Amino acid sequence: MNNGSPVPLRTLAWEFNRISISSFGGGLSAWSRKVIVEDRGWLNDEEFLSALTICRVMPGANQINLAIYVGAKLRGPWGAFIAVFGLCCIPVLITLGLAVVYFKYHHEPSLQRVLQGMAAAATGMSLSMGFKTGGRYLHQPIALTLALAAFLASGVFHLPLLLVLSILVPLGALWGLRETEKGKTS
Amino acid sequence: MTDEPANDHTLFRIITVFSTLSVLSIGGANTVIPEMHREVVSVHHWVTGSQFADCFAISQAAPGPSMLIVALLGYGAKGWLGGLLATIAMIVPAALLMYFITRVWQNAEESRWRIILQRGMAPITVGLVFASSYLIAHEADHSWKGVLITAAAAWILTATKVNPLIVMTIAGILGAVGWV
Repeated sequence: MNNGSPVPLRTLAWEFNRISISSFGGGLSAWSRKVIVEDRGWLNDEEFLSALTICRVMPGANQINLAIYVGAKLRGPWGAFIAVFGLCCIPVLITLGLAVVYFKYHHEPSLQRVLQGMAAAATGMSLSMGFKTGGRYLHQPIALTLALAAFLASGVFHLPLLLVLSILVPLGALWGLRETEKGKTS
Repeated sequence: MTDEPANDHTLFRIITVFSTLSVLSIGGANTVIPEMHREVVSVHHWVTGSQFADCFAISQAAPGPSMLIVALLGYGAKGWLGGLLATIAMIVPAALLMYFITRVWQNAEESRWRIILQRGMAPITVGLVFASSYLIAHEADHSWKGVLITAAAAWILTATKVNPLIVMTIAGILGAVGWV
């Protein structure tokens, strides 16, 4: 994937910048997957998903952690720094700009309505990522059970993430072990 | 929001408050929102409670990670410099930890335990993605129209190659004309 010529730092900065400015209201993971897995092939789906879980468990914003993961993998410490910089630079400026506007006019109802529509669509985008990455587990009962358990524990019962993972990850590893033994080729 | 005479004390407090939150933010900024609210609103009075809620909504809608709410709060506390310092303080400590863990994990690329763990974690992550969609849906969809937009967006973005920005723009326009 990244042997021979290393990925230029400006490409890293540009792609993470593209991820961040294209994403509104929680669609970041879906955009990241599109750029990192589909467009650039920097990670495959399986590594992307496991990286995402590491990013969730560690302190810090998931997306910043993912930028560190990908940047470090492709170009070491500078790659990590540049990826985070690319991800955050423009959004920070935009957010500070919004702060100026907001603290001046914070009683505008039409603004609220626009944001409501966009938030609904952002939720749909988040779902689409689940469908795209999860489709292949539909015919694997154990994997499907693991996914369902994670959904219920975290989404419906609001259990703390660390607790959920400390139970499910060992079970997942057992399943992974069995799969690896079964088909050395897959 | 404070009009106190310029003092470096506030800037110093911004750094200590947000860098502490950074290390605590396991699972992303949303897990420390209650603690952030306590520090920023109740302890330091940098913004009011309702301003905090608005800042949260803006950070959800704005591009970039939603933890950039700290830029808004820092700005509320101490203007541009406050916003910038809050952001840096929120990013750096957690980033250093993540970098360290990443190196350990990536050095194990060929190892068996990593391959097994990676395979086992993938379906769990899919479940967590659905869990957070479900939670956001609670916040975002207040009416059947909102649910409809969410469902339509999910279908379009799964089944077609339409650029998500187009979907977002249309949804924003629907909101603007009062359809949501």
